[in-house]
Amino acid sequence: MTRPRFRLCALVWLALLVTPIVQAAPLSIAQLMASLAKHPQGAATFTEKKFISILEQPVESSGELLFVAPARLEKRTLKPKPEIMVLDGDTLTLERGQRKRVLQLKDYPEVAGMIESIRATLAGDRQALERVYHLALDGGNERWTLVLTPLDPKVGAVIARIRMEGVKDVVRSVEILQADGDRSLMTIEKRASPQ
Amino acid sequence: MIHPRRRGIAAIVLWLIFLLACVGIISRTHFTTDLSAFLPRAPTPEQQQLMDQLSDGLASRLILVGIEGADAPTRARLSMQIAQRLRADRTFVSVNNGEPVNTERDRAFLFDNRYLLSPAVTPERFGVDGLHAALSDSIDLLASSAGLLVKSLLPHDPTGEMVQLLEQLDSGTQPKLVEGAWASRDGTRALMLMQTRAAGSDTDAQQLAMAAIRQAFDQALDQAPGATPSAKLMMTGPGVFSVTSRDTIKRQVTRLSIISLVLIATLLLLVYRSFSALALGLLPVISGVLAGIAAVSLGFGAVHGITLGFGTALIGEAVDYSIYLFVQSEQNSADHQNRIKRFWPTIRLGVLTSIAGFASLLLSGFPGLAQLGLYAIAGLIAAATVTRFVLPALLPANFRIHDVSAIGLTLSRVAQRAAALRWPAAIVLLAACAIVVENRASLWNDTIASLSPVSQADVELDTRLRADMGAPDVRYLVVVSGANQESVLRAAERVSTLLQAQVEKGELAGFESPSRYLPSVATQRARQASLPPRPLLETRLTQAVLGLPVRAQLFTPFLADTAAARSQPLLQAGDLQQTSMAMAVDALLIQQRGQWRALLPLTAPEGGSIDADPVRAALSAIPDVLLVDMKAESDSLYSGYLHEAIVLSLGGLVAIVVLLFVVFRSPMRVLRIIAPLAAAVMTVTAGLSLFGQQMIILHLVGLLLVVAVGSNYALFFDRPDPRTPILPRTLASMLFASLTTVAGFGLLAFSDVSILQALGVTVAPGVILALIYSAIFARQSDACQSNV
Repeated sequence: MTRPRFRLCALVWLALLVTPIVQAAPLSIAQLMASLAKHPQGAATFTEKKFISILEQPVESSGELLFVAPARLEKRTLKPKPEIMVLDGDTLTLERGQRKRVLQLKDYPEVAGMIESIRATLAGDRQALERVYHLALDGGNERWTLVLTPLDPKVGAVIARIRMEGVKDVVRSVEILQADGDRSLMTIEKRASPQ
Repeated sequence: MIHPRRRGIAAIVLWLIFLLACVGIISRTHFTTDLSAFLPRAPTPEQQQLMDQLSDGLASRLILVGIEGADAPTRARLSMQIAQRLRADRTFVSVNNGEPVNTERDRAFLFDNRYLLSPAVTPERFGVDGLHAALSDSIDLLASSAGLLVKSLLPHDPTGEMVQLLEQLDSGTQPKLVEGAWASRDGTRALMLMQTRAAGSDTDAQQLAMAAIRQAFDQALDQAPGATPSAKLMMTGPGVFSVTSRDTIKRQVTRLSIISLVLIATLLLLVYRSFSALALGLLPVISGVLAGIAAVSLGFGAVHGITLGFGTALIGEAVDYSIYLFVQSEQNSADHQNRIKRFWPTIRLGVLTSIAGFASLLLSGFPGLAQLGLYAIAGLIAAATVTRFVLPALLPANFRIHDVSAIGLTLSRVAQRAAALRWPAAIVLLAACAIVVENRASLWNDTIASLSPVSQADVELDTRLRADMGAPDVRYLVVVSGANQESVLRAAERVSTLLQAQVEKGELAGFESPSRYLPSVATQRARQASLPPRPLLETRLTQAVLGLPVRAQLFTPFLADTAAARSQPLLQAGDLQQTSMAMAVDALLIQQRGQWRALLPLTAPEGGSIDADPVRAALSAIPDVLLVDMKAESDSLYSGYLHEAIVLSLGGLVAIVVLLFVVFRSPMRVLRIIAPLAAAVMTVTAGLSLFGQQMIILHLVGLLLVVAVGSNYALFFDRPDPRTPILPRTLASMLFASLTTVAGFGLLAFSDVSILQALGVTVAPGVILALIYSAIFARQSDACQSNV
């Protein structure tokens, strides 16, 4: 029975040979989304810099991000003014000072596009992303760059493109370039997962 | 004997003229089914507010629509199609389903008038420090997640007045959007909120509005691709309630009248075995009904549906008089005039006691009750008079009915033994007294909801849709009155300041005010005056931006806008047209009877209720301001009615006693007549209490009817001379009379309309009990006693 044994060895060899090749190959969107989707929740801190043409200097804010798959994203800004933004399903709640505003995402397609990009990426929800954006992925598993370009001209009138960078299954930064040239850069640092 | 005959003809002619007149009046009568019957005739200022709100207020014009079944996209599409159709319909002032219809216009209005509208516009805000503070706030906001929304505004509105206004408008209580249309929290229903142009009290207009909604729904269904038979339309709201209760009352009154007529006619046919006797016997009834409606129409200008429902029951009593005439009169006597004379005095006294009882209701401040009183009095007088003067003239010479002496004899044997039941009856009565005393605290239901003809299912649907919608229930309302628009708007602004303090303390979640959208002229001028002239503002701005990451040059549009605002024409009500704010101002700023009023509805904190006292105390400093608690007001209105009705009924009882005393001049006889009636009333009350039915005003009216009808029996059983036995015929006539009454009122007991049901369950058993007690406690004739 030498032939089957040889076959088995060959398979093992082949497997050993093939696996590193696959890993070195360019990351596919499907693979990235699948690995992102593995995290049902996560907590991180963020620092956001906004470069706004009408302001002389960039404004900086920082705080915490909390994501619970599939639909809840919390952005708790601590500086310079405390603010809580919660996106849950289609409802966006903004709490600033004593004011609490509840918005329906559908009423604000521009804002919706922006927030949805982050939420859907964190959730690894390719379908949701592709409803709004054209996706272009560059790089490999160790370091990747995902560029989103709005499909809807209405969203495009506000957002030129969104560029996300990440390492493996972690998003490291989100840069939003607005149509009028203003941009914001949010850098994310992963904290220990609450689970 | 020409004389009596002539008199008979004259009576017939007069009667026919009377009937014609009644029919003439009725043909022009307006029939209502709305709340008018329940509203006071001489209201206090608070009650006036309540009445205006109920008949005409913002809440009265709202129709809440729900669409159930099918799937969410279908429901949303139906909602949008209905809305599109109805927005073109002048029946509706507004049709909301969450679609951003007026958004553009609203924003433009707010933006163009932000310096006149924003309460933040004060001289301090446009000083150097104020500007600096406002600017740094705006820059912080720019850095926040909402920054995108305000970025384009900054050069025009660095002080953030627009954000102020938007936040004020957005109370955050809107339903959520599913597929672009409002939906319930659980997502199973699409929701719409419509405001009709017509007042909620205009039932015809409300019915048309409902029909328009249904038609739009049906058309939307037809257009929908594929079958959507599972989609279901639901409507609720005060107007919808008045339409459905009108339908209910109409249907019930019609059905009850027909059934009770058929029942009574069948009963009479069984007794008389003669169609002509049946036809003749119904003449007093018809006359009574017509006279009753005509009298109410003349006295009140309109007849309420409930009064008609009551009328059907009264058929059963009015027919009694002809029963007494036919059954009691001598069968072989040819002279009809004579045959009537035997029992007429008793009947007359019976009618008089009934009138004495019902006359007290005429004094009621509750128009519904006064209508019943007038109807009963007019109806009974007409029925009795026709029986006395017209019916004998109409009887053919050979008129006779089936001989009922066999039944009479049986009854008289029973009646003679009735005395044996005195002790058991006394025990029952004692028990009844004990029950009534024991449950005296819970005998009465004093919430106005107990009168509502709206079914429990409809109330539940309303509560559900209202909760989904977060629709205003408008329980608490601050009302500001004044001689002109300016003065009420200024007062409303002062009230708003005080209310805002309550909001910050957490006593209130919020409030609405017309001055928010249409500030008083004085306030608008003051805000204009707060804006510095351009050169001055420019200088201040240059100083204010120090230390902030902006250059003053950025705000050139701001300088231009404020300069324009300083001289812009002041806002007037007309400027609001075509915005969603117009609806609010229309509803909240009212000119009526030469007086202006501003309404400021309050919203309770989430999950809590409003404590009226601190709010009332805070407002006490301002004259002509009233905090109205609509629920407390309507409940106190009703318990006031109830209290009054109790007093009036007791007054009626006293009137009956006095009348009997004047006629008989013997306390013992009066007592003998009153005793069985009081016993019947007590037993019925105890029975209701035992069955857990709390009494409302209509139970009380029912008890009054028991006394009125029962007094006839008691009077027949009462004889000055105990040696004259009661004729078997008389007994038979009383049995038939009580049976017809029970048939008439008993039917009401099966009605869905609570007030008709209350009458039914009281009168039907009460009348039977009055007859039984009268028989039991009647003086025994000597002949009978020797028999025993």
